Amino acid sequence: MANYSSSEFRSGLKVMLDGDPCAIIENELVKPGKGQAFSRVKLRNLSSGRVWDRTFKSGESLEAADVMDQDMEYLYTDGEFWHFMMTDGSFEQYGADEKAVADTINWLKEQEVYVVTLYNGAPLSVSPPNFVDLEVAETDPGLKGDTAQGATKPATLVTGATINVPLFINVGEVLKIDTRTGAYVSRAKV
Amino acid sequence: MYAQLRAFFFQRNILEVETPILSRSTATDPQLESISAQLRIQAGQEFLNYYLHTSPEFPMKRLLASGTGAIYQICKTFRNGETGTRHNPEFSMLEWYRPDFSITQLMDEVAALVSGVLGPISVTQLSYQHAFKRYLSIDPFEVSDQDLALLSKKLTHYDGPVLMRDDYLNLLLSHSIEPHLGVDVAGKICPVFLTEYPPSQSSLAQVITNGEGIKVAQRFELYIQGLELANGYFELTDATEQEARFEADNAERKALGLPEIPLDRHLLEAMVSGLPVCSGVAMGLDRLLMIKEKARSIKEVLNFPIERA
Repeated sequence: MANYSSSEFRSGLKVMLDGDPCAIIENELVKPGKGQAFSRVKLRNLSSGRVWDRTFKSGESLEAADVMDQDMEYLYTDGEFWHFMMTDGSFEQYGADEKAVADTINWLKEQEVYVVTLYNGAPLSVSPPNFVDLEVAETDPGLKGDTAQGATKPATLVTGATINVPLFINVGEVLKIDTRTGAYVSRAKV
Repeated sequence: MYAQLRAFFFQRNILEVETPILSRSTATDPQLESISAQLRIQAGQEFLNYYLHTSPEFPMKRLLASGTGAIYQICKTFRNGETGTRHNPEFSMLEWYRPDFSITQLMDEVAALVSGVLGPISVTQLSYQHAFKRYLSIDPFEVSDQDLALLSKKLTHYDGPVLMRDDYLNLLLSHSIEPHLGVDVAGKICPVFLTEYPPSQSSLAQVITNGEGIKVAQRFELYIQGLELANGYFELTDATEQEARFEADNAERKALGLPEIPLDRHLLEAMVSGLPVCSGVAMGLDRLLMIKEKARSIKEVLNFPIERA
């Protein structure tokens, strides 16, 4: 793979650091009026999700990571792997393990498109769209006419995730969820 | 802000000057990259290499040697490869020189100017040595190279090639000390003058032995809210010493694989003829405006940052 010099570091660049693929979050030039220039870099370790701070001397370089983000449709799980299919017409399929799927498991829905990050050709992580529509599997009966602001109850979705919803929501209803916060947004528009 | 600055100098009877932006020579500092321009004096003649200045220091010193007395200049300066939230390759600089001023007198004047722009301030001084002792519990003049490298790795997560001693000091200063320098106290702006630099970082400042028997450069940097705003010297006037420092810079450039810079013979000749005893300072005006306007990035105070220039 190619190398990137510190002057090419920018947000989103995927590089190898200490043997792990990382995405650069930000790169700040630190350069006194008199003295050596450095790059102060924040990186996200794509394997662990942890954020690292590193300082590089101007001109130092890092190896590019063979990391690619691909749009893929979620197909099914066999219990061990979660299977996704490329949406580019190639119908190529990839199986992501539990570590790669991680918390996105709460928002997996068949035929929905997810961003699957491939590292050396294998799924490293799966990111959900910002909003998904999911059906309520279990919740206390809805209270008719109760639209009071703020009052909520727990509801379990078909994926197994539990979120807080307004009191008027019933089993079987499809809800729009913000996957970044896990918050109820609205009833899904049919 | 410019009207305020010019009024300040007018009241103090300091002459505004202009010097060329293009020059056959430029700063030799290995850490500064000048922008080159291909220029011909007449159409059809061969091209000559000129540089856009990184500061107007050299021609202003030539003016001082010619007997102008106190002078100032507001101009655009250029430094290649420097872009970030605090840097733009083209930026505005205020530089002024005060014959017969000690570095302390100049610091007082800098504080007065800053106060004129930013309002009431409370200024303090901190020596380089005390800053390292206070914030890192090390003595920058005594600490071993090995300990410096270890501390840098621990605090700044630097794990690259071995650096020169001054680079480690700079790294620690910018990473772990600067953020503490000149922070506001109870909403009041509290600039800090960092003084008495190691002789290895003297640049164009004179070196003296301080009250504690340590050799230090008569150089200061002004910090406000962790931002490096100005750099001042009790100026080196010895042409021989100046030439030796230029040559040392070029030797370092050669070792680093950087192009050597033709020495500014005009400056050296002017210094031989006699540069008056003086103090001088250069201030980044974009950064001063950042503080005045509470901007977080230099791009907020530039109409058209380099990406849109």
